[in-house]
Amino acid sequence: MTNMNTEQWSPKIVAFFCNWCTYTASDLAGVSRLRYAPSTRVIRVMCSGRIDPEFIMEAFAKGADGVLIGGCHPGDCHYSEGNYKCLRRYDLLQRYIEQMGIDTRRLRLEWISAAEGKKLQEVVNEMTNTLKEIGPSKIKHVVETIEK
Amino acid sequence: MSNQKEEIRIGYYVCHCGHNIAGVIDVKSVAEYCAKLPNVVVAREYKYMCSDPGQELIQKDIKELNLNRVVVASCSPLLHESTFRGATSKAGLNQFYMQMVNIRENASWVHESKEEATEKAKDLSRAAIHRVAFNKALEKKKVPVNPTALVVGGGIAGIAAAMSLANAGKKVYLVEKDPTIGGYMAKFDKTFPTLDCAACILTPKMSSVLKHPNITLLSYSEVSEVEGYVGNYKIKVTRKPRYVKEELCVGCYDCITACTFKEGKFPDEFNFGLSKRKPVYIPFPQATPLVAVIDEKTCIHFKTGKCPQTCAKACERNAIDFTQKPEVVELNVGVVILTTGFQPFDAKKASNYGYGKYPNVFTSLEVERLVNASGPTEGHVVLRDGVTHPKSIGIIHCVGSRDEKTNKWCSRVCCMYSLKLAHLLKEHSGAEIYNFYIDMRTPGKGYEEFYDKLLNEGVQFIRGRVAEVNDWATTPEEKGKLLIRAEDTMIGMVRRIPVDMVVLAVGLEPGKDAQEIRKMFNISCSNEGFFLERHPKLAPVDTFTEGVFIAGACQGPKDIPDSVAQAGAAAAQALALIDTGHVELEPNTAFITEERCCGCQVCVAMCPYTAISFDPVKKASSINEALCKGCGTCVAACGSNAITQNLFTDVEIMSEIDGILIN
Amino acid sequence: MKYLYFPGCSLKSSGRSYEESLLSVLKKMNVGVEEIDDWNCCGATNYMAMNERNAIGITARNLALAEKQGKEDIMAPCAACYMGLLKTQKYIETEPKVKETVLTNLKKSGLEFENTSKVRHPLDIFINDISLDTIKDNVYAPLKGVKVACYYGCQLTRPYATFDDQRDPQSMENIVKALGGTPVEWPIKTRCCSGSMTSTVSEIGLRMSYLILKEAKDRGADVMITACPLCQFNLECFQGKMSGKYGENVKMPVMYFTQLMGMAFGLDKKELGLHRMLSPELSLS
Repeated sequence: MTNMNTEQWSPKIVAFFCNWCTYTASDLAGVSRLRYAPSTRVIRVMCSGRIDPEFIMEAFAKGADGVLIGGCHPGDCHYSEGNYKCLRRYDLLQRYIEQMGIDTRRLRLEWISAAEGKKLQEVVNEMTNTLKEIGPSKIKHVVETIEK
Repeated sequence: MSNQKEEIRIGYYVCHCGHNIAGVIDVKSVAEYCAKLPNVVVAREYKYMCSDPGQELIQKDIKELNLNRVVVASCSPLLHESTFRGATSKAGLNQFYMQMVNIRENASWVHESKEEATEKAKDLSRAAIHRVAFNKALEKKKVPVNPTALVVGGGIAGIAAAMSLANAGKKVYLVEKDPTIGGYMAKFDKTFPTLDCAACILTPKMSSVLKHPNITLLSYSEVSEVEGYVGNYKIKVTRKPRYVKEELCVGCYDCITACTFKEGKFPDEFNFGLSKRKPVYIPFPQATPLVAVIDEKTCIHFKTGKCPQTCAKACERNAIDFTQKPEVVELNVGVVILTTGFQPFDAKKASNYGYGKYPNVFTSLEVERLVNASGPTEGHVVLRDGVTHPKSIGIIHCVGSRDEKTNKWCSRVCCMYSLKLAHLLKEHSGAEIYNFYIDMRTPGKGYEEFYDKLLNEGVQFIRGRVAEVNDWATTPEEKGKLLIRAEDTMIGMVRRIPVDMVVLAVGLEPGKDAQEIRKMFNISCSNEGFFLERHPKLAPVDTFTEGVFIAGACQGPKDIPDSVAQAGAAAAQALALIDTGHVELEPNTAFITEERCCGCQVCVAMCPYTAISFDPVKKASSINEALCKGCGTCVAACGSNAITQNLFTDVEIMSEIDGILIN
Repeated sequence: MKYLYFPGCSLKSSGRSYEESLLSVLKKMNVGVEEIDDWNCCGATNYMAMNERNAIGITARNLALAEKQGKEDIMAPCAACYMGLLKTQKYIETEPKVKETVLTNLKKSGLEFENTSKVRHPLDIFINDISLDTIKDNVYAPLKGVKVACYYGCQLTRPYATFDDQRDPQSMENIVKALGGTPVEWPIKTRCCSGSMTSTVSEIGLRMSYLILKEAKDRGADVMITACPLCQFNLECFQGKMSGKYGENVKMPVMYFTQLMGMAFGLDKKELGLHRMLSPELSLS
């Protein structure tokens, strides 16, 4: 964590992707050899509706610079409406993290269908650039200080 | 079991995948790194983990080193999870003690920097090593497969798929939205490159479908609701009212002759509007089933209620029934094959070619009917006025294909059918024929030879995209002609060629109801809107929904041979599923720990499948496992942590998060 | 309803009657217009051809000025300005390097730029914002029996416009119908008028313009309307020369579509700049 050179520093994004749309899109991006920033670490869940706000807070507390959630487009959820549940939680969480002093740009929700490998590439690159602008997250440090 | 502190012994395996992974990721250093992580007993790298020796490596280690957890870092779990689960369980370990790490699609194939890709591979491997310690032993649930199949769409692909299944002794429901099966192929005159008569090879198949004891044909019907899961689908099919009793009608045409309209008055769909039909009609003489249909949009009875109903009086069998209502049929099937086809590109969208503005601009499909002996002109090639024979004809390729402004993809069939039409038009009319093409694409058995044949028949070929078709005559001879302006890239000049008739080789698009069907069956579409296959090479007829297969042009533009071949493949996949007799379901269902449940019932409202119910006596909710599809939405909603989703427990996911971030 | 008006050089000089008629017609329909403060050349024609980057830079300045002035849509009546502004927006949106250069340079002159304004052609505004019904309501002297050839020229709809079919636009035809006139269906309404070639390579330039006039005449048009100052100039000013050169009388009134609208609305000739016309006058019986 020392000598943080912003030029070289690359943010770490914990990405929760639903199995049916966004995880498949990320496979498609792979098969299509679309190059994107090596910032994401993907965790596969069956549905974006499975993503517990606790997961997101845990990721921030343990040092993630950003959290990306990927789900199916509205109306396309493999489980009918899990993505809507996810959206509601996301909206609340955005307000919550803002109150906690976390830049809301660190949490992003995107609908990326199984065919949208290109969109996945764009979203990851865009978010990486945004996080590079904001700089490393200090939440982990804050949490550790409080815990002490 | 989980209470006992068992010693966790992990075997970690990183795959080179030839150069696919090892070319970018330093697999050696990843293995060395992982070897030092807690609980890891052995960490190895190997050229191809999915190969037999690769799998044996895991099995040997499980036995010899007493491993109880396995982590494989290779490709996407969507590709090889079942392979490594199989290998694990063969060695006597529960298959769910295996965790996969995707370092190919998610790392080596998408990152340039070797250092950063390697770092990422380490992070992801560490996460899996953390997680796998918490993985639980689970059993897959076996459910029986209903041995009945549903085929949606009665074009050539649907017919072929239904026949294969039926001949194998399976019961098949074939649902077709139009009054007859046969699809587009029934409208063609000849087929390329053999110039077989389309009707001669198709109509016997259509009647076999009708006669087959194992096939139930539901024509003029559409799927309206889909429930259930692989092996056990519940499908609702809406049968549109024909206003003619199918079981009584013998297709004698008496009602049609007797209709108050003495002549056809409305555009005939089967002939793309080149002829007129009455409100009561039979699409074409070999329609299957050969049953009349009354079109309520044009029938006087439905429009004004003041029709003498001469058709009903003429029917000796009393088959006409104006009181018919849409009827919903419920089907229980185990597998589904979607063969819903395509729609032709709407030529009006290419406004520079003047379709709809200049009467003598035709679409290729209209010309299919014009050259057809049983078509509206009995095979005589005439202009829109119905009498004039064209002396020169221009065929424009790639209309609605390979075009940034309309559709970017190549429709694959247009070059060949344009050649076929060029041949037929020349044969039927003796006219001078010009083909305007961008590239001639003839990859198929006998296709290039067919092109050669056309070159020798005196058909003109001009390489270049046509800019416009108009009636801008600049000399008296050009008056009344259509002028085709195109770049001839062979001579590097713009040419202006006057013709009597223009044929637009329209491309293939996703069917107009493709999105609705996709949503009903819960499958995906690729960007252009064709149904998406599970894997472009290894699972070309599977979809992401188990038990739903695709074939024909609904998956992408293709010709008749390819559609039939794909239909066979889909039928074989469906048969494999049916004959296995059962499917194993992922055990990713959720359950509620009663003691923890506070009875708030938040989860009840979350579940889209009404799998959760509340017991007022116990003051706790419970999940019906048979109904649970395993999305996990209720788990995330539960305030008292009473719900657990197998395969994706909180502790498993939390440990994965920690594993990623804690170095 | 209000728009930020970008006149461009022509509407203040050779195309004055376009400005006069457009503003009069809009005023008649209670549509507000506010000229963009301190606007400069749109960068079209030669500049765009010789130094695209600089041309885009100066066009972007106009867009930035508009953003500063308000959130309203920009109205650009000249086809070259309209296309140039759209082209600039597109480049800035899709080419990160162009965007960077432009933003840096604008910043130096104290301008922020987000590329958020919508650029609209008056035809788009008349059809989609004002509506054909409102146009109909304003008609005082319907153009009964008047056959009108609607000429769009090459750069109004192609390649960026989305308000109409790029190859076979119908906006002016629909306006003519709303005014009670009869549009003439003809195939070369988006063909090039020859642009600045009438003065540089007049052999070719005159012939291109001549063909357009001849076709309109052959199809029975009484009047031709345009939505571009350069087209109007080319087609109007050399009619005598062409008629002599090609031995066929191609003289006919060529006016801006807004002038024709104004005539049907019963506006005064001067308000419509009709006193500046060189081609024969269109008489409404």
